[in-house]
Amino acid sequence: MDVTSVQAVLDELGRLTAGRPVMQIMEVCGTHTVSLFRSGVKSMLPAGVRLLSGPGCPVCVTSQGYIDAACDLAGRQGVTVCTYGDMVRVPGRLGSLAERRGQGGHVVVVYSTRDALRYAAAHPAEQVVFLAVGFETTAPATAAAVLEARRLGLANFTVLTAHKLVVPAMLALLAEGQVPIRGFLCPGHVSVIIGAAAYEPIVRQFAKPCVVAGFEPPQMLQGILHIARQVAAGQACVENVYGVAVSARGNPAALKLLEEAFAISDAVWRAIGVIPASGLELRAELADFDAARRFDLDLSANDEAPGCLCGQVIQGKVTPADCPLFGQACTPMHAIGPCMVSSEGTCAAWYKYGEK
Amino acid sequence: MCLAVPGKVIRISGAAESPAERVAIVDFHGSQVEVSLAMTLEARVGDWVLVHAGYAIAVLDEAQAQETWACLQELDLPGESPA
Repeated sequence: MDVTSVQAVLDELGRLTAGRPVMQIMEVCGTHTVSLFRSGVKSMLPAGVRLLSGPGCPVCVTSQGYIDAACDLAGRQGVTVCTYGDMVRVPGRLGSLAERRGQGGHVVVVYSTRDALRYAAAHPAEQVVFLAVGFETTAPATAAAVLEARRLGLANFTVLTAHKLVVPAMLALLAEGQVPIRGFLCPGHVSVIIGAAAYEPIVRQFAKPCVVAGFEPPQMLQGILHIARQVAAGQACVENVYGVAVSARGNPAALKLLEEAFAISDAVWRAIGVIPASGLELRAELADFDAARRFDLDLSANDEAPGCLCGQVIQGKVTPADCPLFGQACTPMHAIGPCMVSSEGTCAAWYKYGEK
Repeated sequence: MCLAVPGKVIRISGAAESPAERVAIVDFHGSQVEVSLAMTLEARVGDWVLVHAGYAIAVLDEAQAQETWACLQELDLPGESPA
C-alpha cells in the first residue's frame, strides 16, 4: 500500500460512511489501541468511522483480587514474584508490586517465562511465582513453562494464572448489547495462536464483521476498510488481512501446549465480573504448580478504586474523557486505575496522545 | 502485552523430538537473542519468525513478508528516511 493508496483507502472509507450513522468499530486489542494512536491512523479516519477500545489490555482486565494477591505474595518471606513489566505499577488495595519492591519485597521483571524458570532453577531456596496474565498470545508460554517445570521437577516454581480468552469476552459484550458495535478489528497476535476461524461464532451468532489485522498502519487501515465494506454491503464474515502470520486454524503446537496445561474455566474480569468459559486454569494434574493453591490465596475481590471508570472504559461504554478522574486525579504519574497504568491502557493512550 | 517482533533464524540447536529444548538464535536488526522454537518446530535456518516473550509463535510466510516489507518501504515518505 503506497501513500496514494492510503489516501484512496481514506476516500473510500469516507464514501462508505457518508450520510450514515457513525460506524463504531471496536479494536479489541490493547496493542492495536496504542498503534492506532501512535501511527496517527485514528486521527486520519473520516468522521463517519469511530474506533472504540475493547477489553484487550491484559493488565486492565485483571481483577483487583489478583493484583492484591500478587502484592501479598511479594511481601512474603522467601517468595519471589516474577512478572512481565506491565504489571509492576498497577495499584491494588495493598499498593503496587513496585511499592512492595521498595519495601524490600522480591519482584523480578522477566521478558519470558523461560527467564522465570531459569531464575527458579538458580534459586532453589526461594519460592518463585510467575504472574501469568494475558490472552492467548501469552498463555502458551506459560503452558510451556509449567510443563517444563514438571519435566525438570522444579518444586519451587508456581504460576498465578489469570489468563483470559478474547472471543468469549467479545461474545459477552455483544450479548449484553449495551454498546453498538458494527464490527471488530481482531487482534493480530492472539489470532496467530487461535486462528482467524476462531471468530466464526461472532459472525454466526451476531452477524458482526470480524477482520484480523496486524499492527502496521497500512494493515490496520486495510482492516478498517474491510469492515466498512462489509457493513456497507450488509454482510458479515471473517476476513484476515494478516496472512503473513495468521492462518485460519492458528498455531497447532501452541494450541497443543494450551490443551496440555490448561482447562477452560470461568474467569473474573475487572469490573465486568465473571464471564463463563472465558479463562484458563491449570489442569488438575498440574495443581502442584498453582500458586493460588500452594499459598492459599483468595482472588475473589473485584472492586475498583472509588470513582474509577476503568471497568466501563474497557467495555467501550464510556470514553476516558467521561471519567471525572481522567487527567485530573488520575494521570500516568499518579494512576488510580489500570487503564492509566498500562502502556496499552485506553486511558494512558488518550492521555499521551492528547485525545479529548 | 501482545507485542511480537519478527527476526531471522540464524542457528538452531536441540532435536525437534524434544520441543522444550529446541532453541534458535534469532537476529533482530543485529541483536541476537536465544528464542524457544517449542511452538514452531518447523522453523529452519534462514526463516523469519515472529517472536513473543522468548518464543517464536509463527514462521512468517516469505512471499507475504516481502509484500508487507514493500508496503512499508513505500510508506517511507521522502525526507523521512534516516540517511
